[in-house]
Amino acid sequence: MSTVMQTASPASTDPLIIDGLAYQSRLLVGTGKYRDLDQTRQAIEASGAQIITVAIRRTNIGQSSDEPNLLEVLPADRYTYLPNTAGCYSAAEAVRTCRLARELLDGHTLVKLEVLGDEKTLFPDIVQTLEAAATLIAEGFRVMVYTNDDPIIAKRLEDMGCVAVMPLAAPIGSGLGIRNPHNIQTIIENATVPILVDAGVGCASDAAIAMELGCDGVLMNTAIAGASNPLLMASAMKKAIEAGRESWLAGRIPKKRFASASSPVDGTFF
Amino acid sequence: MINGQSEQLPEGLNATGLIAHLGLQAQRLALEVNREIVPRSRFDSHYFNPGDCVEIVRAIGGGGR
Repeated sequence: MSTVMQTASPASTDPLIIDGLAYQSRLLVGTGKYRDLDQTRQAIEASGAQIITVAIRRTNIGQSSDEPNLLEVLPADRYTYLPNTAGCYSAAEAVRTCRLARELLDGHTLVKLEVLGDEKTLFPDIVQTLEAAATLIAEGFRVMVYTNDDPIIAKRLEDMGCVAVMPLAAPIGSGLGIRNPHNIQTIIENATVPILVDAGVGCASDAAIAMELGCDGVLMNTAIAGASNPLLMASAMKKAIEAGRESWLAGRIPKKRFASASSPVDGTFF
Repeated sequence: MINGQSEQLPEGLNATGLIAHLGLQAQRLALEVNREIVPRSRFDSHYFNPGDCVEIVRAIGGGGR
């Protein structure tokens, strides 16, 4: 009997490192599409996420200014904000959004870059994404970039200096799950920065599969906010991410075509 | 223009005055005038001109997928 026990590795010894900072949670969540700010707060608490995306939009002029504010409900001492360029269709719009976010958040430089190609697919416009990434990195932003599941582009974005590369699993909000696991695997194998699946996850098993492929994390919004019970789904996603990560670290058995018995053959009395 | 709406403002207003005029002094926001960001440290010294295109933004829920 071995005297050294192999124990489960707690999350505290297996942090997600993004731009030099360690996070215990590998689930990143968006803050959109919830019923109200209270549900947003509760769902995000249930998810255990530490990095949350926020959108930058016009202030409502002429409306009550004492309506609750997202940044107060989800305070900066508990969460790392990830302003994102959702809704941008050009490099110029994305860069402008990030500059405003940096001013709004007192010099905060970690951003999520996405530049969309069209409304039907919400696939990224890679030409515009590369252009925006170059500008943002030159201006000192720390860029986590949404991209397609193309390993060549993923590597190029890493080489440019993006601090994390985030390929889609399937179209944004589609809930189709990991459509091209082999490409995601290739992207992971090539990478020295964190690879996070961003977009397309529909249910907890999708998130676990992403982690079992070796992803460093998953970013999602609709799968939680759009569930019939968002709080319960947030909790399910938290567990799925943890289970998928442990499953990946544990090293799965190889797949075989035929059976292999788990009870000893020696000592049978029949 | 402020956030896409035409607004008549009192004359001689600086950025601090504009934010107060709009009742936004308690909010975290960022100000852009004619596509140039005006940092908070310059709110007192920044005065507006007729025809300025002003954007005032904040952080709201959104984001991931």
